[in-house]
Amino acid sequence: MLKPFVAVLARDLLLAWRGRADVLVTLGFFVIVACLFPFGVGAEPNQLRAIAPGILWVAALLATLLSLHRLFGQDFADGTLEHLLLSPEPTVLWVLAKILAYWLTTSLPLVVAAPGLGMLFDMEQGGLMVLCLSLALGTPILSLLGAVGAALTLGLRGGGMLLALLVLPLFVPVLIFGAGAVEAHLSGTGASAHLLLLSGGALGALVLGPWACAAALRVAAE
Amino acid sequence: MTMQSSRGFHLFHFAAPNTFYPLAGRLAPWFAGLAALLAALGLWLAFFVAPTDATQGEVYRVIFIHVPAAWMSMFVYLVMAFWSGMGIIFNTRLSALMARALAPTGAMFCFVALWTGALWGRPTWGAYWVWDARLTSQLLLLFLYFGYIALTEAIEDPRRGDRAGAILALVGAVNVPIIYFSVKWWNTLHQGASVSLTKAPSMAATMLWGMLIMALAAWAYTIAVALWRVRSLILERERHTDWVSAELDRQGARP
Amino acid sequence: MNWNSWAAFWDMGGAAFYVWGSYGVTFIAIVAELLLVFRRRRDTLTRLLRLRRAQGGRPAAASPDSSD
Repeated sequence: MLKPFVAVLARDLLLAWRGRADVLVTLGFFVIVACLFPFGVGAEPNQLRAIAPGILWVAALLATLLSLHRLFGQDFADGTLEHLLLSPEPTVLWVLAKILAYWLTTSLPLVVAAPGLGMLFDMEQGGLMVLCLSLALGTPILSLLGAVGAALTLGLRGGGMLLALLVLPLFVPVLIFGAGAVEAHLSGTGASAHLLLLSGGALGALVLGPWACAAALRVAAE
Repeated sequence: MTMQSSRGFHLFHFAAPNTFYPLAGRLAPWFAGLAALLAALGLWLAFFVAPTDATQGEVYRVIFIHVPAAWMSMFVYLVMAFWSGMGIIFNTRLSALMARALAPTGAMFCFVALWTGALWGRPTWGAYWVWDARLTSQLLLLFLYFGYIALTEAIEDPRRGDRAGAILALVGAVNVPIIYFSVKWWNTLHQGASVSLTKAPSMAATMLWGMLIMALAAWAYTIAVALWRVRSLILERERHTDWVSAELDRQGARP
Repeated sequence: MNWNSWAAFWDMGGAAFYVWGSYGVTFIAIVAELLLVFRRRRDTLTRLLRLRRAQGGRPAAASPDSSD
């Protein structure tokens, strides 16, 4: 059961390692988008502190969105995807492995980099912790939902904009609870409710996401 | 046993495009007529029977299209998801076409709900747009409609378009309640209780009747338009069959 | 009866812009949708008829993308 999972995971991680410039570009995008906001809204520290969670979350969301095409694009173009679909291994299993590899290579760096960016916005230490935690719980949902969208738009002309239109409305709850967690912590009401809801969402997405993604891939590769 | 199988036969009989096409053509005008009658009755109730609202004055009369349109936009999405699920489970061709035929009407009602909400909000809240939970989820629903329409139109292969649209509609339907709940949560945290548009303080019975009848009119309208639209979709999709040729001959013979 | 005169009816207690703006745009949206639906039917029919004539009266050939 686990062998194809591990094999696909290892393969995708290796490919990501070989193309690590892509991973760094995503990270650079995340940093630059976050750094643009002070130029737009002014460098008043109190204001920046207030909008930091929202900015960092939106930046993480956009970085995820812009890298989603990497998830299946290459495999679709070179025929690997078709081979995988024809293999006797359960589709859900290797789809999950691919999503996990994607999360490890694109979202995890964002989670790690977020506290550094938070400090640029003068966030306090506890808030940084909650920000990291909310990103760690929320980005898997983004990856799982985004994977469905990426599979649906596979190989379509103008797929990038279409993908944004499909998945951004679905990302809204994650954004609300993710940024809300940090704000709730900073305002003193405690972030546990938000974080619990995010965990619940992550579990739900983990159960339903790969399944829908596998169905979408089969449709796309027909 | 025989009863059941014969009924099943009938259902699948009408699920075949060549039998559904003429049926849709016969039914649609009746639903359109029904919609016109109900709308006339509803508008009469809305403007001439329902009393002036004590706190909002005459502006509240927007409710008679705002609320039915908002209801409709949500129902239509659910019906689309239902047909999508049917299409995936039973692999019937007609189901996906029904979902496709419903989407533009759902988007239209979504737009109407937003537009009327904004016009009603101006005198009530003092702004055309506030980030009220209902308005915001309605906006996100409109994006979901746009996404569905854009995806099904972008895929050239019709079968792939059908199935991809079905998956998207189902994923969206699972997410609609989550979106609504999250937006409501966000809204209550950020701006406290706002005046809700739909809770007219003293809802007179005539107001309720007016709204219900307008909602029924919206239903009849949606069915009529979806049936008309699905007829074009069926012709396109079945253009290589003999019955479409025969139908084309009939249409072509007309002046 | 709510209204003393047609003028009062059209004025809607001073909220004419909001009420008639809502009803008017809804009406336009519905009419536009109906027009689009009927135009689509007409376009479909003319296109398929032309296709059929081009192929000499046989059913339009099944293109590879409509193999369902």
